Amino acid sequence: MTLEPGRSPHVDVRDVSKHFGGARALESVSVSIEAGSVHAFVGENGAGKSTLGKIISGVHAPDRGELLVRGEAVHFRTPREALGHGIATIAQELAIVPELTVAENVFLGAEPRTVAVVRRRELRRRFDALCGSVGFELPGDAVAGRMRTADQQKVEILRAIARNADLIVMDEPTAALSRDETGRLHQTIRSLRDRGHTVVLVSHFLGEVLALADTVTVLRDGRVVRTAAASQESEQSVIEAMLGRSLDATVPAKLAPAPDAVAALSVRGLSAPGVSDASFDVRAGEIVGLAGLVGAGRSELAQAIVGARRTRVGTVAVAGAVIGRRSPRSMLRCGVTMIPESRKEQGLLLERSVTENAALSSLRSLSRLGYVRRRVERRAVTDALRAVDVRAAHPGMPAGALSGGNQQKLLFARTLLGRPAVIIADEPTRGVDVGARRSIYELLVALAGEGLGILLISSDVEEVLGLAHRVLVMRSGRIVADLDGGTATEHDVLDAAFRPASGTA
Amino acid sequence: MGIVEVEDSPRPVGTAKQHAIAGRLRGVANVRRTGILIPFVILFLVLAETSGPFLTTGNLLNILDQQSSTLIPAAAVTLVLVAGGIDLSVGAIYGLAGVTAAHFALTTNPAIAIVLGILVGLVVGVVNGVIITVFRINALIATLATSYVVTGISSLATGGNIITDFTRPGFADLARTGVLGVRTSTWITLAAVVLLGFLLARTTSGRYMYAAGGNAEAARLAGVRVYQVRILAYALSGAAAALGGVIDASRVLSAQSSGGSSLAFTVLAGVVVGGTSILGGAGAVWRSVVGVLFIALVGNGFDLLGLDPLYEQISLGVLLILAVGLDAWTRMYRS
Repeated sequence: MTLEPGRSPHVDVRDVSKHFGGARALESVSVSIEAGSVHAFVGENGAGKSTLGKIISGVHAPDRGELLVRGEAVHFRTPREALGHGIATIAQELAIVPELTVAENVFLGAEPRTVAVVRRRELRRRFDALCGSVGFELPGDAVAGRMRTADQQKVEILRAIARNADLIVMDEPTAALSRDETGRLHQTIRSLRDRGHTVVLVSHFLGEVLALADTVTVLRDGRVVRTAAASQESEQSVIEAMLGRSLDATVPAKLAPAPDAVAALSVRGLSAPGVSDASFDVRAGEIVGLAGLVGAGRSELAQAIVGARRTRVGTVAVAGAVIGRRSPRSMLRCGVTMIPESRKEQGLLLERSVTENAALSSLRSLSRLGYVRRRVERRAVTDALRAVDVRAAHPGMPAGALSGGNQQKLLFARTLLGRPAVIIADEPTRGVDVGARRSIYELLVALAGEGLGILLISSDVEEVLGLAHRVLVMRSGRIVADLDGGTATEHDVLDAAFRPASGTA
Repeated sequence: MGIVEVEDSPRPVGTAKQHAIAGRLRGVANVRRTGILIPFVILFLVLAETSGPFLTTGNLLNILDQQSSTLIPAAAVTLVLVAGGIDLSVGAIYGLAGVTAAHFALTTNPAIAIVLGILVGLVVGVVNGVIITVFRINALIATLATSYVVTGISSLATGGNIITDFTRPGFADLARTGVLGVRTSTWITLAAVVLLGFLLARTTSGRYMYAAGGNAEAARLAGVRVYQVRILAYALSGAAAALGGVIDASRVLSAQSSGGSSLAFTVLAGVVVGGTSILGGAGAVWRSVVGVLFIALVGNGFDLLGLDPLYEQISLGVLLILAVGLDAWTRMYRS
């Protein structure tokens, strides 16, 4: 029998489906990962590539289908169980103890010891042996927290290998790395493969994927489009494969803004952590979409505009007047409001009532000499809730008891009570059901029709194209394209968002 | 459609399931909201039944009056806790305010002395608030630190001695006179508590305190000046502690720097037993009042029933654990 080494499947994913609530994340996905190869999952935001990675590493359990590791069917309930089968994950958020040394981090929880005393010399000996076996050069005595991110990732990889992992899932490992560090990580990945380890790479940097991977699986809308040798793919062919989803909530017809509409919001040369030199206008009555990959700097830009994040340089003008010191509060007063990305962390007071949540930004107008006029408040809130169609059993119920879609609409109600001129909506349809999604679309279009300027941040390209008059695409903190919402295609948006791939070594 | 993370299962809005969840949440919240009343009433009835002298106007008014200097700071500390902070300096401020008022009562008009005492507390409260918000020092440590500093200042000012005002009977009017058979100090306590309760429950500042303590980031993005709201809470807490100190100095016509050494813990115990969350964003002034009185009743009961006061401390400790545990459990149940 002449079975080439590296030709046997290490992991077999067979017909796996996964739903979160009613939303499909994966549908009948089958992928075979060869031992000793670098296998990449690519796709748009939400295509299911991360979910697939998490199913292999035991973070999620599949609803249907099978997972085979070296031919043996497994049912992981936790990442720990996956580690028992030699599968480890390196997540974007690194799990090192910054105060400990590199060697101590590698053997954390598995230190060689006599009774309770760690045998330091033995620890170092094992560490050096481990480094040698993988081909890493790391200072074992250095304090881990002071090392650069790429080296910290190596520490995590070593820890995984010290626990006998032979398959490592890396979820967007280069997203937080500089170009130089990205190069180092790529060497690390190659070195792992050369020594027979299998690497699963979840990434949206196409250049990186094509340069590193042996095999590429393209996902779209929770399904596998194809799995092919990386040598047979090009950036162009991969982008083509990612296209062509279908929107399951229809988008209402766009109303063109008045041709003479003035700029409601003007951003000029804005730079902030994660954002470089952003300039654009949002006119009254216009919906401007802000597309881009996760981590491209869209939320950072939104936060910089409303003053929730410090800006280095640049100006923001509302209706032609430059705003000096920006804070969420001062921008609210100028009529610019942001609906934040995370309802629960940045938006709502989950334990307080629906009414209190809705009224929070406009208490001043609902009170007299600091006394909240509760009848006035109730009437105003009831009207606002009705306008955005929040279905709460009772306005006194805690906001945390509402469904995701209603929570989102509650934030719109809060925004509208302040009578804004510009709304910045960050991922307003994430995690909401189809019905709520449709009504949020209608609301956005209606508000634009009333003359508000809207900046819509969304990872859903079709949503952006369907709603926006103009689409800005961000990549690595910069606005790299300004497309017409009427004529641009998904391909145009993805092309701008993905290329040129950053930081290939 | 592209969904990366789905936090909520899509369900038809307003379904029976949603109503059930809402009902359960309200039920759990209610336990925390009114929970303290049940043991309070039970204890009250038991004491009324078992001890003759308990249910007399004299005894009840006496309890209330003795608790003045705890009730006022407790009401204000409730605001601090709701706004997401904590204040361990109330005892030190109580001491400094008493010393200040007693000192000036020796030489000036008692009214001026009283105002100065309260003002000193207000200033320390503002300092607390600024240190905690602007300089981002952990509230527990910051107020612990100021309490050392403040106690030190009081000792310096008094030279470690007790200031006595026996020659200035006018200063005693605050605590020793009465209207309609109730001491002036009790009336003042009532006014302060009602005012603070009103502030928290009915004003924009109160709403902002709940927001700042419940979710500071969300509050900030919604345009709430979180720092300002928190500084206000600490300022009120300082002023309230000072008022307590002044009232007690007036009552005994003397003051010393260490007068409030255990007050911070008594106050915090009352607030927490009342059911205000140590984690911020939830609580009410009236509950802290009931909490403080509940602890006072336990003490009174031990006296009246002739029980060993050592057990009083033990039962207070157990009560505290139960109160905080109930808060933690309801939060866990909610999520």
